[in-house]
Amino acid sequence: MLLIPCPWCGPRDEIEFHCGGQADVAYPADPHVLGDDEWAAYVFVRDNPKGPFAERWCHAAGCRRWFNVVRDTATHAILSVKLLDGTAVPA
Amino acid sequence: MTTEHGDADAYEHPPWLWRTPEPKRSYDVVIVGAGGHGLATAYYLARNHGITDVAVLERGWLAGGNMARNTTIIRSNYLWDESAALYEHALGLWEGLADELEYDVFFSQRGVLNLAHSLQDVRDSVRRVEANRLNGVDAEWLSPEQVKEVCPIVDVSPDVRYPVLGATFQPRGGIAKHDWVAWAYARAADALGVSLIQDCEVTGIEVDGDRVIGVQTSRGPIAAGRVALCAAGHSSLLAEMASIRLPLQSHPLQALVSELLEPVHPTVVMSNAVHVYVSQAHKGELVLGAGIDPYNSYAQRGSFHVIEHQMAAALELFPIFARARVLRTWAGVVDVCPDASPIIGLTPVDDLYINCGWGTGGFKATPGAGWVFAHTVATGEPHPLNAPYTLDRFATGALIDEHGAAAVAH
Ligand SMILES: Cc1cc2nc3c(=O)[nH]c(=O)nc-3n(C[C@H](O)[C@H](O)[C@H](O)COP(=O)(O)OP(=O)(O)OC[C@H]3O[C@@H](n4cnc5c(N)ncnc54)[C@H](O)[C@@H]3O)c2cc1C
Ligand SMILES: [Zn+2]
Repeated sequence: MLLIPCPWCGPRDEIEFHCGGQADVAYPADPHVLGDDEWAAYVFVRDNPKGPFAERWCHAAGCRRWFNVVRDTATHAILSVKLLDGTAVPA
Repeated sequence: MTTEHGDADAYEHPPWLWRTPEPKRSYDVVIVGAGGHGLATAYYLARNHGITDVAVLERGWLAGGNMARNTTIIRSNYLWDESAALYEHALGLWEGLADELEYDVFFSQRGVLNLAHSLQDVRDSVRRVEANRLNGVDAEWLSPEQVKEVCPIVDVSPDVRYPVLGATFQPRGGIAKHDWVAWAYARAADALGVSLIQDCEVTGIEVDGDRVIGVQTSRGPIAAGRVALCAAGHSSLLAEMASIRLPLQSHPLQALVSELLEPVHPTVVMSNAVHVYVSQAHKGELVLGAGIDPYNSYAQRGSFHVIEHQMAAALELFPIFARARVLRTWAGVVDVCPDASPIIGLTPVDDLYINCGWGTGGFKATPGAGWVFAHTVATGEPHPLNAPYTLDRFATGALIDEHGAAAVAH
Protein backbone atom coordinates (compact mmCIF):
# COMPACT_ATOMS: atom_id res chain seq x y z
CA MET A 1 0.00 0.00 0.00
CA LEU A 2 1.49 3.31 -1.07
CA LEU A 3 1.22 6.60 0.79
CA ILE A 4 1.40 9.17 -1.99
CA PRO A 5 2.15 12.83 -1.25
CA CYS A 6 -0.25 14.95 -3.30
CA PRO A 7 1.40 18.38 -3.72
CA TRP A 8 -1.91 20.07 -2.91
CA CYS A 9 -3.63 17.77 -0.42
CA GLY A 10 -0.71 16.10 1.34
CA PRO A 11 -0.07 12.39 1.87
CA ARG A 12 -3.04 10.20 0.97
CA ASP A 13 -3.69 6.50 0.58
CA GLU A 14 -3.01 5.07 -2.90
CA ILE A 15 -6.67 4.17 -3.43
CA GLU A 16 -7.40 7.88 -3.91
CA PHE A 17 -5.07 8.00 -6.93
CA HIS A 18 -4.94 6.88 -10.51
CA CYS A 19 -1.56 5.78 -11.87
CA GLY A 20 -0.86 7.21 -15.32
CA GLY A 21 2.30 5.28 -16.18
CA GLN A 22 5.66 6.66 -17.19
CA ALA A 23 6.14 10.42 -16.94
CA ASP A 24 7.77 12.73 -19.48
CA VAL A 25 6.95 10.72 -22.60
CA ALA A 26 6.79 13.51 -25.14
CA TYR A 27 4.61 13.35 -28.24
CA PRO A 28 6.92 13.03 -31.27
CA ALA A 29 8.20 16.46 -32.27
CA ASP A 30 7.80 15.74 -35.99
CA PRO A 31 5.25 12.90 -36.27
CA HIS A 32 5.32 12.87 -40.07
CA VAL A 33 8.87 11.56 -40.26
CA LEU A 34 8.24 8.57 -37.96
CA GLY A 35 8.37 5.05 -39.43
CA ASP A 36 6.40 2.07 -38.07
CA ASP A 37 9.15 1.04 -35.66
CA GLU A 38 9.35 4.52 -34.20
CA TRP A 39 5.58 4.73 -33.83
CA ALA A 40 5.57 1.32 -32.16
CA ALA A 41 8.25 2.51 -29.76
CA TYR A 42 6.29 5.66 -28.96
CA VAL A 43 2.90 3.96 -28.57
CA PHE A 44 3.83 0.66 -26.93
CA VAL A 45 7.28 0.79 -25.33
CA ARG A 46 7.89 2.36 -21.94
CA ASP A 47 10.75 2.06 -19.48
CA ASN A 48 10.35 -0.79 -17.01
CA PRO A 49 13.22 -0.34 -14.56
CA LYS A 50 13.84 -2.11 -11.28
CA GLY A 51 14.68 1.00 -9.27
CA PRO A 52 13.81 4.70 -9.64
CA PHE A 53 10.98 5.29 -12.14
CA ALA A 54 9.38 8.63 -13.05
CA GLU A 55 5.62 8.22 -13.28
CA ARG A 56 2.45 10.28 -13.37
CA TRP A 57 -0.27 10.15 -10.74
CA CYS A 58 -3.65 11.83 -10.61
CA HIS A 59 -5.30 12.52 -7.26
CA ALA A 60 -8.52 11.17 -8.74
CA ALA A 61 -10.58 11.03 -5.54
CA GLY A 62 -9.20 14.33 -4.23
CA CYS A 63 -8.17 17.50 -6.02
CA ARG A 64 -8.09 15.65 -9.39
CA ARG A 65 -4.76 17.19 -10.35
CA TRP A 66 -1.84 15.42 -12.05
CA PHE A 67 1.76 15.44 -10.84
CA ASN A 68 4.96 13.43 -11.26
CA VAL A 69 6.60 11.13 -8.78
CA VAL A 70 9.91 9.30 -8.84
CA ARG A 71 9.27 5.98 -7.09
CA ASP A 72 11.63 3.06 -6.58
CA THR A 73 9.89 0.03 -8.11
CA ALA A 74 11.94 -2.36 -5.97
CA THR A 75 11.33 -0.75 -2.57
CA HIS A 76 8.25 1.43 -3.23
CA ALA A 77 10.07 4.41 -1.68
CA ILE A 78 8.90 7.73 -3.11
CA LEU A 79 12.06 9.64 -3.94
CA SER A 80 10.76 12.94 -5.28
CA VAL A 81 7.62 14.79 -6.34
CA LYS A 82 7.33 17.39 -9.07
CA LEU A 83 4.63 19.52 -10.60
CA LEU A 84 4.04 19.05 -14.31
CA ASP A 85 6.10 22.17 -15.07
CA GLY A 86 9.07 20.53 -13.36
CA THR A 87 8.92 22.46 -10.07
CA ALA A 88 10.14 20.26 -7.24
CA VAL A 89 7.80 19.80 -4.27
CA PRO A 90 9.08 18.72 -0.85
CA ALA A 91 7.86 15.10 -0.59
CA MET B 1 21.24 -22.70 0.09
CA THR B 2 20.34 -21.66 3.61
CA THR B 3 16.78 -21.06 4.60
CA GLU B 4 15.11 -18.87 7.15
CA HIS B 5 14.93 -21.96 9.32
CA GLY B 6 18.70 -21.81 9.57
CA ASP B 7 19.28 -25.47 8.88
CA ALA B 8 20.55 -25.66 5.33
CA ASP B 9 20.60 -29.42 4.90
CA ALA B 10 17.22 -30.22 6.35
CA TYR B 11 15.42 -27.96 3.88
CA GLU B 12 17.31 -28.70 0.66
CA HIS B 13 15.16 -29.63 -2.31
CA PRO B 14 14.89 -33.39 -2.63
CA PRO B 15 18.33 -34.09 -4.11
CA TRP B 16 17.25 -37.20 -5.94
CA LEU B 17 15.04 -35.51 -8.56
CA TRP B 18 17.88 -33.76 -10.40
CA ARG B 19 21.64 -33.26 -10.16
CA THR B 20 23.22 -29.98 -9.05
CA PRO B 21 26.19 -29.69 -11.41
CA GLU B 22 28.78 -26.92 -11.38
CA PRO B 23 28.33 -24.60 -14.35
CA LYS B 24 30.56 -25.43 -17.33
CA ARG B 25 32.28 -22.60 -19.23
CA SER B 26 30.20 -23.17 -22.36
CA TYR B 27 26.95 -24.73 -23.61
CA ASP B 28 25.13 -25.05 -26.92
CA VAL B 29 22.08 -23.43 -25.34
CA VAL B 30 21.73 -21.36 -22.17
CA ILE B 31 18.20 -20.84 -20.89
CA VAL B 32 17.72 -18.02 -18.40
CA GLY B 33 15.11 -18.76 -15.74
CA ALA B 34 14.14 -22.12 -14.22
CA GLY B 35 10.43 -21.45 -13.98
CA GLY B 36 7.95 -23.73 -15.67
CA HIS B 37 8.66 -22.23 -19.09
CA GLY B 38 12.45 -22.51 -18.84
CA LEU B 39 12.25 -26.09 -17.61
CA ALA B 40 9.71 -27.14 -20.24
CA THR B 41 11.81 -25.47 -22.95
CA ALA B 42 14.88 -27.39 -21.78
CA TYR B 43 12.97 -30.66 -21.71
CA TYR B 44 11.52 -30.27 -25.23
CA LEU B 45 14.90 -29.11 -26.60
CA ALA B 46 16.30 -32.44 -25.47
CA ARG B 47 13.28 -34.63 -26.16
CA ASN B 48 12.04 -33.18 -29.48
CA HIS B 49 15.28 -31.85 -30.95
CA GLY B 50 18.06 -33.93 -29.41
CA ILE B 51 19.81 -30.83 -28.05
CA THR B 52 21.12 -31.79 -24.63
CA ASP B 53 24.15 -29.55 -24.05
CA VAL B 54 21.81 -27.14 -22.31
CA ALA B 55 22.05 -25.22 -19.05
CA VAL B 56 19.09 -23.65 -17.31
CA LEU B 57 20.40 -20.79 -15.15
CA GLU B 58 18.27 -19.69 -12.20
CA ARG B 59 19.12 -16.80 -9.93
CA GLY B 60 17.07 -18.17 -7.03
CA TRP B 61 15.83 -21.67 -6.55
CA LEU B 62 14.22 -23.87 -9.15
CA ALA B 63 10.66 -22.75 -9.89
CA GLY B 64 10.59 -20.27 -6.99
CA GLY B 65 9.27 -17.41 -9.16
CA ASN B 66 5.78 -17.14 -10.58
CA MET B 67 5.77 -20.89 -11.03
CA ALA B 68 5.46 -21.29 -7.26
CA ARG B 69 3.09 -18.35 -6.84
CA ASN B 70 0.32 -18.85 -9.35
CA THR B 71 -3.22 -20.05 -8.86
CA THR B 72 -2.68 -22.88 -11.40
CA ILE B 73 -5.77 -22.37 -13.52
CA ILE B 74 -5.55 -24.19 -16.84
CA ARG B 75 -7.94 -23.54 -19.74
CA SER B 76 -7.82 -22.81 -23.47
CA ASN B 77 -11.04 -20.84 -24.00
CA TYR B 78 -9.38 -17.77 -25.53
CA LEU B 79 -11.10 -15.71 -28.19
CA TRP B 80 -8.69 -15.33 -31.11
CA ASP B 81 -7.55 -18.14 -33.40
CA GLU B 82 -3.87 -17.59 -32.54
CA SER B 83 -4.56 -17.88 -28.82
CA ALA B 84 -6.96 -20.80 -29.04
CA ALA B 85 -4.39 -22.70 -31.09
CA LEU B 86 -1.54 -22.09 -28.67
CA TYR B 87 -3.43 -22.70 -25.43
CA GLU B 88 -5.28 -25.70 -26.85
CA HIS B 89 -1.95 -27.23 -27.91
CA ALA B 90 -0.84 -26.76 -24.31
CA LEU B 91 -4.04 -28.29 -22.96
CA GLY B 92 -3.55 -31.34 -25.17
CA LEU B 93 -0.06 -31.74 -23.73
CA TRP B 94 -1.36 -31.30 -20.17
CA GLU B 95 -3.71 -34.22 -20.76
CA GLY B 96 -0.78 -36.55 -21.39
CA LEU B 97 1.83 -34.88 -19.24
CA ALA B 98 2.01 -37.18 -16.24
CA ASP B 99 2.43 -40.21 -18.53
CA GLU B 100 4.92 -38.42 -20.73
CA LEU B 101 7.09 -37.30 -17.81
CA GLU B 102 6.42 -40.44 -15.74
CA TYR B 103 5.67 -38.24 -12.77
CA ASP B 104 2.36 -37.09 -11.39
CA VAL B 105 1.39 -33.44 -11.91
CA PHE B 106 -2.11 -33.73 -10.38
CA PHE B 107 -3.81 -32.29 -13.44
CA SER B 108 -7.45 -32.23 -12.38
CA GLN B 109 -9.91 -31.51 -15.20
CA ARG B 110 -12.66 -30.24 -12.97
CA GLY B 111 -13.83 -27.60 -15.45
CA VAL B 112 -13.60 -23.80 -15.52
CA LEU B 113 -16.57 -21.44 -15.29
CA ASN B 114 -16.22 -17.83 -16.47
CA LEU B 115 -19.20 -15.93 -15.09
CA ALA B 116 -21.12 -13.19 -16.88
CA HIS B 117 -22.68 -10.38 -14.83
CA SER B 118 -23.91 -7.91 -17.43
CA LEU B 119 -25.55 -8.04 -20.84
CA GLN B 120 -22.25 -7.09 -22.42
CA ASP B 121 -20.55 -9.95 -20.52
CA VAL B 122 -23.23 -12.30 -21.85
CA ARG B 123 -22.72 -11.21 -25.45
CA ASP B 124 -18.93 -11.45 -25.16
CA SER B 125 -19.15 -14.84 -23.49
CA VAL B 126 -21.55 -16.37 -26.01
CA ARG B 127 -19.36 -15.06 -28.80
CA ARG B 128 -16.34 -16.67 -27.15
CA VAL B 129 -18.15 -20.00 -26.79
CA GLU B 130 -18.92 -20.00 -30.51
CA ALA B 131 -15.37 -18.96 -31.40
CA ASN B 132 -14.00 -21.72 -29.18
CA ARG B 133 -16.19 -24.35 -30.84
CA LEU B 134 -15.08 -23.26 -34.29
CA ASN B 135 -11.53 -23.80 -33.06
CA GLY B 136 -12.27 -27.26 -31.67
CA VAL B 137 -12.09 -26.08 -28.05
CA ASP B 138 -14.74 -27.56 -25.75
CA ALA B 139 -17.05 -24.77 -24.59
CA GLU B 140 -20.62 -24.40 -23.39
CA TRP B 141 -22.87 -21.53 -22.43
CA LEU B 142 -24.63 -22.22 -19.12
CA SER B 143 -27.69 -20.56 -17.62
CA PRO B 144 -27.57 -19.50 -13.95
CA GLU B 145 -29.41 -22.71 -13.03
CA GLN B 146 -26.82 -24.77 -14.88
CA VAL B 147 -24.06 -22.83 -13.14
CA LYS B 148 -25.65 -23.88 -9.86
CA GLU B 149 -25.59 -27.52 -10.97
CA VAL B 150 -21.88 -27.38 -11.78
CA CYS B 151 -20.97 -25.39 -8.67
CA PRO B 152 -23.73 -25.48 -6.03
CA ILE B 153 -22.04 -22.96 -3.72
CA VAL B 154 -22.25 -20.06 -6.19
CA ASP B 155 -24.99 -17.60 -5.29
CA VAL B 156 -27.08 -17.26 -8.46
CA SER B 157 -29.97 -15.37 -6.90
CA PRO B 158 -31.04 -12.33 -8.94
CA ASP B 159 -31.05 -9.89 -6.02
CA VAL B 160 -27.31 -9.49 -5.48
CA ARG B 161 -25.46 -6.43 -6.71
CA TYR B 162 -23.94 -8.17 -9.74
CA PRO B 163 -26.20 -11.15 -10.44
CA VAL B 164 -24.83 -14.15 -12.31
CA LEU B 165 -26.48 -14.04 -15.76
CA GLY B 166 -24.76 -17.20 -16.96
CA ALA B 167 -21.28 -18.53 -17.61
CA THR B 168 -19.03 -20.10 -20.15
CA PHE B 169 -17.89 -23.56 -19.15
CA GLN B 170 -14.84 -25.43 -20.35
CA PRO B 171 -15.10 -28.95 -18.90
CA ARG B 172 -11.53 -29.90 -19.89
CA GLY B 173 -10.05 -26.96 -17.96
CA GLY B 174 -8.88 -27.33 -14.38
CA ILE B 175 -5.86 -27.06 -12.11
CA ALA B 176 -2.54 -28.84 -11.55
CA LYS B 177 0.04 -28.84 -8.78
CA HIS B 178 2.56 -26.25 -9.89
CA ASP B 179 5.48 -27.57 -7.84
CA TRP B 180 5.00 -31.07 -9.15
CA VAL B 181 4.86 -29.79 -12.72
CA ALA B 182 8.21 -28.04 -12.22
CA TRP B 183 9.75 -31.06 -10.53
CA ALA B 184 8.45 -33.37 -13.27
CA TYR B 185 10.00 -31.25 -16.03
CA ALA B 186 13.21 -30.75 -14.04
CA ARG B 187 13.61 -34.46 -13.41
CA ALA B 188 12.89 -35.39 -17.03
CA ALA B 189 15.18 -32.69 -18.45
CA ASP B 190 17.95 -33.71 -16.05
CA ALA B 191 17.59 -37.34 -17.11
CA LEU B 192 18.12 -36.28 -20.73
CA GLY B 193 21.38 -34.50 -19.80
CA VAL B 194 20.27 -30.91 -19.21
CA SER B 195 22.15 -29.02 -16.45
CA LEU B 196 19.91 -27.24 -13.95
CA ILE B 197 21.96 -24.59 -12.19
CA GLN B 198 20.38 -22.72 -9.30
CA ASP B 199 21.74 -19.72 -7.41
CA CYS B 200 23.23 -18.41 -10.68
CA GLU B 201 22.04 -14.94 -11.67
CA VAL B 202 22.56 -13.71 -15.21
CA THR B 203 24.05 -10.22 -14.89
CA GLY B 204 25.03 -9.53 -18.49
CA ILE B 205 24.45 -10.71 -22.04
CA GLU B 206 27.48 -10.85 -24.34
CA VAL B 207 26.82 -9.75 -27.89
CA ASP B 208 29.46 -9.80 -30.65
CA GLY B 209 28.33 -7.77 -33.64
CA ASP B 210 24.78 -8.99 -34.28
CA ARG B 211 25.13 -12.31 -32.41
CA VAL B 212 24.81 -13.38 -28.83
CA ILE B 213 27.86 -15.33 -27.63
CA GLY B 214 27.22 -15.89 -23.96
CA VAL B 215 26.18 -14.52 -20.61
CA GLN B 216 27.83 -13.07 -17.53
CA THR B 217 26.62 -14.64 -14.30
CA SER B 218 27.13 -14.41 -10.57
CA ARG B 219 29.17 -17.60 -11.03
CA GLY B 220 31.34 -16.33 -13.88
CA PRO B 221 31.03 -15.99 -17.64
CA ILE B 222 29.34 -18.75 -19.63
CA ALA B 223 29.65 -18.96 -23.41
CA ALA B 224 26.59 -20.05 -25.37
CA GLY B 225 25.71 -20.81 -28.97
CA ARG B 226 22.19 -19.68 -28.29
CA VAL B 227 20.55 -17.90 -25.38
CA ALA B 228 16.85 -18.28 -24.56
CA LEU B 229 15.20 -15.91 -22.08
CA CYS B 230 12.40 -17.30 -19.88
CA ALA B 231 12.57 -14.78 -17.06
CA ALA B 232 8.87 -13.88 -16.75
CA GLY B 233 8.51 -10.60 -14.77
CA HIS B 234 12.21 -9.75 -15.17
CA SER B 235 12.41 -10.01 -18.97
CA SER B 236 12.77 -6.24 -19.49
CA LEU B 237 15.87 -6.22 -17.31
CA LEU B 238 17.48 -9.09 -19.20
CA ALA B 239 16.60 -7.76 -22.65
CA GLU B 240 18.09 -4.42 -21.68
CA MET B 241 21.41 -6.20 -21.13
CA ALA B 242 21.37 -6.82 -24.90
CA SER B 243 20.13 -3.26 -25.60
CA ILE B 244 16.62 -4.44 -26.48
CA ARG B 245 13.60 -2.51 -25.23
CA LEU B 246 10.49 -4.64 -24.83
CA PRO B 247 6.86 -3.46 -24.76
CA LEU B 248 6.44 -4.83 -21.24
CA GLN B 249 5.48 -3.46 -17.85
CA SER B 250 6.05 -5.45 -14.65
CA HIS B 251 3.32 -5.48 -12.04
CA PRO B 252 2.65 -7.30 -8.79
CA LEU B 253 -0.06 -9.96 -8.93
CA GLN B 254 -1.31 -11.38 -5.66
CA ALA B 255 -2.96 -14.57 -4.55
CA LEU B 256 -4.11 -15.96 -1.23
CA VAL B 257 -5.22 -19.22 0.33
CA SER B 258 -7.64 -20.02 3.10
CA GLU B 259 -7.17 -22.55 5.84
CA LEU B 260 -7.83 -26.18 4.84
CA LEU B 261 -11.52 -26.93 4.35
CA GLU B 262 -13.59 -29.97 3.50
CA PRO B 263 -14.20 -30.30 -0.24
CA VAL B 264 -16.83 -27.66 -1.00
CA HIS B 265 -15.79 -26.25 -4.35
CA PRO B 266 -15.88 -28.77 -7.22
CA THR B 267 -14.70 -26.65 -10.15
CA VAL B 268 -12.87 -23.39 -10.97
CA VAL B 269 -14.87 -20.15 -10.95
CA MET B 270 -13.60 -16.98 -12.55
CA SER B 271 -15.32 -13.63 -12.74
CA ASN B 272 -13.86 -10.77 -14.68
CA ALA B 273 -16.53 -8.31 -13.64
CA VAL B 274 -16.53 -8.68 -9.86
CA HIS B 275 -12.94 -9.75 -10.28
CA VAL B 276 -11.93 -12.83 -8.44
CA TYR B 277 -11.03 -16.40 -9.37
CA VAL B 278 -11.42 -19.28 -7.00
CA SER B 279 -10.68 -22.97 -6.86
CA GLN B 280 -10.04 -25.45 -4.09
CA ALA B 281 -6.59 -26.98 -3.99
CA HIS B 282 -6.11 -30.74 -3.77
CA LYS B 283 -5.27 -30.43 -0.07
CA GLY B 284 -8.34 -28.27 0.67
CA GLU B 285 -7.28 -24.62 0.71
CA LEU B 286 -9.45 -22.18 -1.21
CA VAL B 287 -7.10 -20.50 -3.70
CA LEU B 288 -8.09 -16.94 -4.66
CA GLY B 289 -6.58 -14.55 -7.16
CA ALA B 290 -7.59 -11.22 -8.65
CA GLY B 291 -6.06 -8.43 -10.70
CA ILE B 292 -2.66 -6.79 -10.85
CA ASP B 293 -1.77 -3.67 -8.93
CA PRO B 294 -1.97 -0.71 -11.30
CA TYR B 295 1.61 0.52 -10.83
CA ASN B 296 4.94 -1.04 -11.86
CA SER B 297 6.71 -3.01 -9.18
CA TYR B 298 9.34 -5.68 -8.70
CA ALA B 299 8.71 -5.88 -4.97
CA GLN B 300 6.78 -9.17 -4.97
CA ARG B 301 4.13 -7.68 -2.75
CA GLY B 302 0.91 -5.96 -3.64
CA SER B 303 -1.59 -3.66 -1.98
CA PHE B 304 -3.97 -4.64 0.75
CA HIS B 305 -6.96 -3.00 -0.92
CA VAL B 306 -6.64 -5.44 -3.83
CA ILE B 307 -7.02 -8.32 -1.39
CA GLU B 308 -9.98 -6.61 0.28
CA HIS B 309 -11.63 -6.15 -3.09
CA GLN B 310 -11.13 -9.74 -4.17
CA MET B 311 -12.45 -11.08 -0.87
CA ALA B 312 -15.52 -8.89 -1.16
CA ALA B 313 -16.08 -10.26 -4.67
CA ALA B 314 -15.57 -13.83 -3.46
CA LEU B 315 -18.05 -13.34 -0.63
CA GLU B 316 -20.66 -11.98 -2.97
CA LEU B 317 -20.34 -15.08 -5.16
CA PHE B 318 -19.81 -17.57 -2.35
CA PRO B 319 -21.60 -16.51 0.84
CA ILE B 320 -20.49 -19.84 2.32
CA PHE B 321 -16.90 -18.49 2.56
CA ALA B 322 -17.92 -15.82 5.10
CA ARG B 323 -16.11 -17.47 8.00
CA ALA B 324 -13.15 -18.94 6.16
CA ARG B 325 -9.84 -17.65 7.47
CA VAL B 326 -7.02 -16.39 5.27
CA LEU B 327 -3.91 -18.42 5.84
CA ARG B 328 -1.39 -16.77 3.53
CA THR B 329 -1.08 -14.05 0.90
CA TRP B 330 1.80 -13.42 -1.52
CA ALA B 331 2.61 -11.82 -4.85
CA GLY B 332 4.58 -12.52 -8.00
CA VAL B 333 5.91 -10.09 -10.60
CA VAL B 334 4.19 -10.48 -13.96
CA ASP B 335 5.16 -8.80 -17.21
CA VAL B 336 2.21 -7.48 -19.16
CA CYS B 337 2.15 -6.76 -22.92
CA PRO B 338 -0.01 -3.99 -24.39
CA ASP B 339 -2.23 -6.58 -26.13
CA ALA B 340 -2.33 -9.04 -23.19
CA SER B 341 -0.62 -11.73 -25.28
CA PRO B 342 2.91 -13.10 -24.91
CA ILE B 343 5.98 -12.56 -27.06
CA ILE B 344 7.65 -15.82 -28.15
CA GLY B 345 10.29 -15.72 -30.80
CA LEU B 346 13.34 -14.08 -32.29
CA THR B 347 14.93 -10.83 -31.19
CA PRO B 348 16.96 -8.25 -33.11
CA VAL B 349 20.08 -10.08 -31.83
CA ASP B 350 20.90 -13.33 -33.68
CA ASP B 351 20.68 -16.53 -31.60
CA LEU B 352 18.98 -14.65 -28.76
CA TYR B 353 15.38 -15.76 -28.27
CA ILE B 354 12.68 -14.45 -25.98
CA ASN B 355 9.65 -15.90 -24.24
CA CYS B 356 7.90 -13.29 -22.10
CA GLY B 357 4.83 -11.14 -21.59
CA TRP B 358 2.57 -13.94 -20.34
CA GLY B 359 1.19 -11.54 -17.80
CA THR B 360 -1.23 -13.17 -15.43
CA GLY B 361 -1.86 -16.31 -17.49
CA GLY B 362 1.25 -18.23 -18.50
CA PHE B 363 1.05 -21.26 -16.22
CA LYS B 364 -1.63 -22.90 -18.36
CA ALA B 365 0.65 -22.52 -21.36
CA THR B 366 3.70 -24.12 -19.75
CA PRO B 367 3.88 -27.31 -21.89
CA GLY B 368 2.84 -25.53 -25.09
CA ALA B 369 5.14 -22.57 -24.52
CA GLY B 370 8.06 -24.90 -23.86
CA TRP B 371 7.24 -26.92 -26.96
CA VAL B 372 7.08 -24.01 -29.41
CA PHE B 373 9.94 -22.10 -27.81
CA ALA B 374 12.19 -25.17 -27.98
CA HIS B 375 11.31 -25.44 -31.66
CA THR B 376 12.20 -21.77 -32.19
CA VAL B 377 15.51 -22.09 -30.36
CA ALA B 378 16.42 -25.38 -32.07
CA THR B 379 15.60 -24.32 -35.63
CA GLY B 380 16.05 -20.55 -35.50
CA GLU B 381 12.50 -20.21 -36.84
CA PRO B 382 9.21 -19.90 -35.02
CA HIS B 383 6.91 -22.91 -34.84
CA PRO B 384 3.65 -22.19 -36.75
CA LEU B 385 1.89 -21.84 -33.39
CA ASN B 386 4.14 -19.05 -32.16
CA ALA B 387 4.74 -17.35 -35.51
CA PRO B 388 2.07 -14.70 -34.75
CA TYR B 389 3.62 -13.95 -31.35
CA THR B 390 6.50 -11.86 -32.67
CA LEU B 391 8.03 -8.78 -31.19
CA ASP B 392 7.37 -7.20 -34.61
CA ARG B 393 3.62 -7.28 -34.17
CA PHE B 394 3.72 -3.98 -32.33
CA ALA B 395 5.20 -2.36 -35.43
CA THR B 396 3.12 -4.25 -38.03
CA GLY B 397 -0.09 -3.77 -36.05
CA ALA B 398 -0.96 -7.49 -36.07
CA LEU B 399 -1.79 -7.46 -32.37
CA ILE B 400 -3.46 -10.40 -30.62
CA ASP B 401 -5.79 -8.41 -28.43
CA GLU B 402 -6.87 -10.81 -25.72
CA HIS B 403 -7.89 -8.34 -23.03
CA GLY B 404 -11.40 -9.81 -23.00
CA ALA B 405 -10.56 -13.49 -22.92
CA ALA B 406 -7.53 -13.12 -20.71
CA ALA B 407 -10.33 -13.12 -18.11
CA VAL B 408 -8.30 -10.91 -15.83
CA ALA B 409 -8.80 -7.23 -16.35
CA HIS B 410 -5.35 -5.75 -16.83
C1 LIG C 1 -0.38 -14.66 -8.16
C2 LIG C 1 -0.30 -15.25 -9.54
C3 LIG C 1 -1.35 -16.02 -10.02
C4 LIG C 1 -1.28 -16.58 -11.30
N1 LIG C 1 -2.29 -17.41 -11.69
C5 LIG C 1 -2.21 -18.04 -12.89
C6 LIG C 1 -3.20 -18.98 -13.26
O1 LIG C 1 -4.13 -19.28 -12.50
N2 LIG C 1 -3.10 -19.58 -14.48
C7 LIG C 1 -2.09 -19.27 -15.34
O2 LIG C 1 -2.08 -19.80 -16.45
N3 LIG C 1 -1.10 -18.39 -14.99
C8 LIG C 1 -1.13 -17.78 -13.79
N4 LIG C 1 -0.14 -16.90 -13.41
C9 LIG C 1 0.92 -16.55 -14.38
C10 LIG C 1 2.02 -17.58 -14.42
O3 LIG C 1 2.47 -17.88 -13.12
C11 LIG C 1 3.20 -17.04 -15.26
O4 LIG C 1 2.72 -16.54 -16.49
C12 LIG C 1 4.20 -18.11 -15.57
O5 LIG C 1 4.56 -18.80 -14.40
C13 LIG C 1 5.46 -17.47 -16.20
O6 LIG C 1 6.42 -18.40 -16.65
P1 LIG C 1 7.53 -19.09 -15.72
O7 LIG C 1 6.84 -20.18 -14.98
O8 LIG C 1 8.68 -19.51 -16.47
O9 LIG C 1 7.95 -17.86 -14.78
P2 LIG C 1 8.77 -17.90 -13.41
O10 LIG C 1 8.44 -19.09 -12.61
O11 LIG C 1 8.63 -16.56 -12.78
O12 LIG C 1 10.24 -18.10 -14.00
C14 LIG C 1 11.15 -17.07 -14.30
C15 LIG C 1 12.42 -17.37 -13.56
O13 LIG C 1 13.46 -16.54 -14.04
C16 LIG C 1 14.32 -16.27 -12.96
N5 LIG C 1 15.15 -15.11 -13.29
C17 LIG C 1 14.75 -13.83 -13.43
N6 LIG C 1 15.80 -13.05 -13.71
C18 LIG C 1 16.89 -13.86 -13.74
C19 LIG C 1 18.28 -13.63 -13.98
N7 LIG C 1 18.76 -12.40 -14.22
N8 LIG C 1 19.12 -14.69 -13.93
C20 LIG C 1 18.65 -15.93 -13.68
N9 LIG C 1 17.36 -16.20 -13.44
C21 LIG C 1 16.48 -15.18 -13.48
C22 LIG C 1 13.37 -16.05 -11.80
O14 LIG C 1 14.01 -16.22 -10.55
C23 LIG C 1 12.30 -17.12 -12.06
O15 LIG C 1 12.51 -18.31 -11.35
C24 LIG C 1 -0.17 -16.32 -12.13
C25 LIG C 1 0.89 -15.54 -11.66
C26 LIG C 1 0.84 -15.01 -10.36
C27 LIG C 1 2.00 -14.19 -9.87
ZN1 LIG D 1 -4.81 16.27 -4.22
